[in-house]
Amino acid sequence: MKSNLIDYTLHLADTALILSQRNSEWCGHGPILEQDIAITNISLDLLGQARNFYQYAATLTGGEATEDSLAYLRTEREFKNLLLVEQENGDWGQTILRQYLFSQFQYLMFEKLQQCSDEQLAAIASKSIKETAYHLRWSSEWVCRLGDGTKESHERMLLAIEELWRYTGEMFESAVYETIINVASLKEDWMQRVSAVFSEATLPVPENVFMQTGGKKGIHTELLGFMLTELQYVQRTYPGAEW
Amino acid sequence: MNNFFIKKFFYGDIPEEKGGGSDYQTKHDSTSWPLWEVFIRSKQGLDHKHAGSLHAADAQMAIENARDVYTRRMEGVSIWVVESKYITASNPEEAGELYEPAADKIYRHPTFYQLPDEVNHM
Repeated sequence: MKSNLIDYTLHLADTALILSQRNSEWCGHGPILEQDIAITNISLDLLGQARNFYQYAATLTGGEATEDSLAYLRTEREFKNLLLVEQENGDWGQTILRQYLFSQFQYLMFEKLQQCSDEQLAAIASKSIKETAYHLRWSSEWVCRLGDGTKESHERMLLAIEELWRYTGEMFESAVYETIINVASLKEDWMQRVSAVFSEATLPVPENVFMQTGGKKGIHTELLGFMLTELQYVQRTYPGAEW
Repeated sequence: MNNFFIKKFFYGDIPEEKGGGSDYQTKHDSTSWPLWEVFIRSKQGLDHKHAGSLHAADAQMAIENARDVYTRRMEGVSIWVVESKYITASNPEEAGELYEPAADKIYRHPTFYQLPDEVNHM
C-alpha cells in the first residue's frame, strides 16, 4: 500500500517537474516579452507543485531521501511522468497545445484529488488547483486564438494535434500504483471540454488514434533521457554540490 | 494599414528633446500587437494606479499579461487595461499656461484655517 502511494506521488511529481523543465526552455525565447513571462510563470508554478509532491514522497520514503535526491538522482526508467509532458516544445502552437491538453486533465484530476483519502495529497491539490485553473484559461484561450487565427496558425495547430494527440490516452489508463483516484472516470469529462474548446478553435478532434503509453511505468520516448541529462547534470558531475 | 503615432511620455512627462521619454509607434499589422496601459489596485478600498504598459492582441490577453507581468508579487487585487491610443495626454510644452497660474494662488490651499486641537493629521 505504502509503495503504491510513494509511486503515485512520484508520478505526480515527475509529471509536474518534466513539464516545468520543458516550459522553462522558452525562458528568453518567448514570441513576445509578455508571453515569455507567462510561460515562465507557468513553469515556476509547476516546479512548485513538483517540489510539494517530491517533499511528500521523500517523507514517505524515509531514510536518506530528499526532494533533491528524488529529482536529481533517479534514472530515466524510474521516472513516471506522462509521455505527453516530455514531448518537445516544437513551435509556440505545439507548446500551447501540450499545456492545454495537460492542464485540462490536471484540473479535473486535482478536483478529484482534493477529496481523496490522503490528507497531504488533498492539501497539495487544493493549493495547486488555482494555478492550474489559470494555466487552463491561458492555454485554452491560446488554442482558440491560434486555431481560429490565420491560415498558417490553423495549420500549425493541426500539426500539433497530429503530433501530440497520441499521448493523451495514457492519462486515463490507471497504473498499478494509481489507486487513489480513478483516472479513467475523468476521460468523458475531459473529452467533452476539449471538444468544446476545439470546436471554438475550429479544430477537429481526432478519432481512432493509436495511443502511446508507458510513461507511468517508466518506459519513455527517447526524449526524456536527453532532458534528464541536462536537468541532472550538475548533481551528477559534482555530487552533493550546493548553492 | 493604420499607423498610429503615440507621443508617450515616461518619468514625469519630460519630452524626449529634453532628455527623456520616447515616441511609440503602434502599428496595427500582423506582426505587432497594440500597446496597453495597465492600472493596478493594490488593496481593497484604494484606487487603481498606473503600473506600466505592455503589448497584447486584445483586452483579455492584456489583462492576463498584466497579471503575469505586474501582479507576480501579490501587488494587486484588481486590474484595469486600456489601449494606449485612447489616452489623451496633456502636452508638456503647454506646462506654463496649464500649471503655472496656480503657483501664486496660495489661498486655494486650506492652510488658513485654525484647526481645533482635537483634529489630528491634517
